Amino acid sequence: MAPRTPLPVAAQATAARGLVREFDGRRVLDGLDLDIAPGEFVALLGVSGTGKSTLLRALAGLDRQVTGTIDVPDRIAVAFQEPRLLPWRTVLANIALGLRTREPETAARSALAEVGLTERAQAWPLTLSGGEAQRAALARALVREPGLLLLDEPFSALDALTRMAMHRLVLRLWQRHQPAVLLVTHDVDEALVLADRVLVLAGGRITFSAPVDLPRDRDRDRDHPALIELRHELLRQLGVSQEG
Amino acid sequence: MPRITDVPVLPPASTAPDQAAEHPAPPATAPSRPQQPNRPKQPQRPNRPQRPKQPERHRGHAWARLVSPVAVVLLWQLVSSAGLVSAQKLPPPVTVWRTAVSLVTTDSPAYGTLQGAMLVSLQRMAIGFAVGAVAAIGLALVAGLSRVGEDAVDPLMQILRTLPLFGLIPVFIVWFGIGELPKVILIALGAAIPLYLNTFAGIRSVDARLAEAGRALGLSRTEMIRHVILPGALPQALTGLRQSLGVAWLALVVAEQVNANAGLGFIISQATQFLRNDVILVALAVYAALGLITDALVRLLERKALAWRRGLLSQ
Repeated sequence: MAPRTPLPVAAQATAARGLVREFDGRRVLDGLDLDIAPGEFVALLGVSGTGKSTLLRALAGLDRQVTGTIDVPDRIAVAFQEPRLLPWRTVLANIALGLRTREPETAARSALAEVGLTERAQAWPLTLSGGEAQRAALARALVREPGLLLLDEPFSALDALTRMAMHRLVLRLWQRHQPAVLLVTHDVDEALVLADRVLVLAGGRITFSAPVDLPRDRDRDRDHPALIELRHELLRQLGVSQEG
Repeated sequence: MPRITDVPVLPPASTAPDQAAEHPAPPATAPSRPQQPNRPKQPQRPNRPQRPKQPERHRGHAWARLVSPVAVVLLWQLVSSAGLVSAQKLPPPVTVWRTAVSLVTTDSPAYGTLQGAMLVSLQRMAIGFAVGAVAAIGLALVAGLSRVGEDAVDPLMQILRTLPLFGLIPVFIVWFGIGELPKVILIALGAAIPLYLNTFAGIRSVDARLAEAGRALGLSRTEMIRHVILPGALPQALTGLRQSLGVAWLALVVAEQVNANAGLGFIISQATQFLRNDVILVALAVYAALGLITDALVRLLERKALAWRRGLLSQ
């Protein structure tokens, strides 16, 4: 199902070259290169403060002080760690916000249906549970039909059960809409369950990249030797493993 | 091996404060939840309105809050009736009521009618407040939405704010005479300062993360102002509106004491000359009632405009 390597370099691919970003003289991104193929699901791992979110904000065009070249698809959407819904607009209005399609409300309704929130269309965001709010945020991102979907630790504030449900939802939506995905996370297992390819960011560059060549129902298959081995390697890369 | 897998699954501790900052409203409303266990008792209460949920507790509460003021008025009447204070200095409530009725029903040469005076005062207030509010909101937008605007407007407003409002009266008399103009300007100035300060602060305190989300959604500058900045500033702007109404009423009372030849302030200065404390009390009561009414109007506005904040309670 997942489009894997090698793919033709299409117009909708994501490529970043030589990204540099300094905060007070500290180089958070230091000549970083990154490629994401169209439709590819990439997970980016890294310990706290290594600049994962900085990279994501750079790709989203939210950081104007980053230097280097960035080629991204025309339409990009972001889901943040917090849902960031406008509390003073209904859920539906939040989804439709800034949509340039002809009938934004109809599109918003079908996006809400996709994440199972049809009944909460007219609700105020503050009345949603954490999982519902994050689903609404996903709908708001996907309704834009992005070529690149940027996910900045969107599940980390959710409880374990909700998170698992969200993983399944994200996979389903990704398979249906086929955007390229960059998922920033610090959860190795989450990365292994979801991604085609896992990256590790350290010292301002991508220091490790490995494909995850396993079928998609991986959460039932956590003890697969290949997964265990990759998990081990990732933890070593992140400086957590004892053998490291 | 198990230790290794344990590590990355930990939910980050840092997410909790983020969540709290993201939703400022729930902490404010949450404390009323624990009172829910009281609700089964309520059906036995008298005067219980039929509206469900939140408002009913407020209403039952409102009756309870009437008890102490009524008791004070009764005590006041008793003290007066017993002859403990002179009726000249502190007229009893019954006398004040009769005076009020006669001020309304008769057009006396000394005072005119109460409602006529009230209209004059209300008009001053309305004009002054409208001018002040429009200026304040306009200036707050200019200062709030651009750095240049802030540098141009904010220092002046901060200076104005430190000037003692009522200390300006003598200067205003020299500049604007003793007619309506100095009164209206004083009210406008009194209303403008708190409204400006709060609206400006409200605009600047809009959650930067919501603004970033707006940018990520590709909102234009106008859409950003309309959907993110103005609604985000509204709660504090409304707080400012209530404050500015309070100051504006105060400014009206003070302004009317100076050379008024009509209005509630005129009634008071006439009554002072005739040693009619009952008339003064009636005029003061009208001021108070008008202040209460406008405050209630703003609270109603708040309830409508900030319905999204009560979302948690009404569900």
